[in-house]
Amino acid sequence: METKQDAAAQGAIAELLRRRRDDVLGRWVAIIAATVQGRITERELRAETAELFELAVRVAEEGPRGAAADELRGALGDLSRSRARQGFSPTEIAVSVFALKQALYENMEGGDTDEQAAYRQFIEFSAVMDDLGLHTFETYAAAREQVIADQAESLLELSTPVVKLWEGIVAVPLIGTLDSARTQVVMETLLQTLVDTGSEYAVIDITGVAAVDTEVAQHLLKTVVAARLMGAECVISGIRPQIAHTIVTLGIEFGDIVTKATLADALGYALEHRGVVLGEKRER
Amino acid sequence: MTDAGATEIPIGSGDDVVRVRQAVREAAGAAKLSLVDQTKIVTAASELARNTLIYGGGGHARVERVDSGLGRAGIRILFADEGPGIPDLDLALTDGWTSGNGLGLGLSGARRLVDEFSLDSAPGAGTRITVVKWGR
Repeated sequence: METKQDAAAQGAIAELLRRRRDDVLGRWVAIIAATVQGRITERELRAETAELFELAVRVAEEGPRGAAADELRGALGDLSRSRARQGFSPTEIAVSVFALKQALYENMEGGDTDEQAAYRQFIEFSAVMDDLGLHTFETYAAAREQVIADQAESLLELSTPVVKLWEGIVAVPLIGTLDSARTQVVMETLLQTLVDTGSEYAVIDITGVAAVDTEVAQHLLKTVVAARLMGAECVISGIRPQIAHTIVTLGIEFGDIVTKATLADALGYALEHRGVVLGEKRER
Repeated sequence: MTDAGATEIPIGSGDDVVRVRQAVREAAGAAKLSLVDQTKIVTAASELARNTLIYGGGGHARVERVDSGLGRAGIRILFADEGPGIPDLDLALTDGWTSGNGLGLGLSGARRLVDEFSLDSAPGAGTRITVVKWGR
């Protein structure tokens, strides 16, 4: 909603920006240069900022819904993307925009009437508020990044396929963390696959499990017992030296469950018990 | 996240236990612990973080790098909760005893996995457990 008064004020700002172009632009570049500190060359920055300045003047004339505003948004979008790739923080990028206010304010002429003094105070207050706003934005962005990093990490820990190794032998390669929810999924998938494929042997490979603590061990034991109830024998493979060490120190007993160092050993064990004999192919 | 600073991680969900484990693994790697020792401290941290969550009703873990002064680096982890506390410490540290439905090896096993273990708890006063693992 633009009143006549707003339009007149906009015209005045645009006029002032044009008249004091060099001073305001120079100051704007200087403020940005102080925040980016040599990560962009002065010349590059000046060229970039001059382009933004022309667009900003047109926005001041046309208002925030004109064609110039769209163009400026586009230009700022490109700028933000390239700065983000260069590793600038959100605040450092946003300052490029807010700094124009500061640059213009410093170049305003005016007397010392009460109204102008009040206005100056308002501008100063506004700058403080902008900084605080940026701070919330920065914190938010950092928190989001943490969430994304955590999610990426936990996604890695999720997939649980059951693969068929041989007729009657299936394997579950476990990767990452084995919590209750995931054990439930593993157990269900494994038991279902045992039924579907009529397998008698299941190899649970824990090569990809980072740490076997009591909870993981308990889940493994339950899975093995459940498979046994269905008439299948489970072999746990992929027990690395450091895991073996840790399991012994923790005091976990695997009882009569067959365990093997590698998946190959486990497959060999299952094949032998199924009576499969493998021979080397003879030449001639 | 840095070598010198301590990392504090709130423990309020199962995901946080994973987070503690990751932080401990990172710190243990930075302190140049051997693979076996890294796995041991990570496993101990996993047990204690889960205890903090399940029996302590949540709390926080503090992971930091320590120096023995003799050139040995290690990591120290503090687990603290404001839960009901442990009424009988000897019983809690007995293999196979559990007040929940685990294997009853978490607390006693964690003690065997680390080099230094101190447990401070009283009924109604929460529980604080500090463990240290030194590099060799």
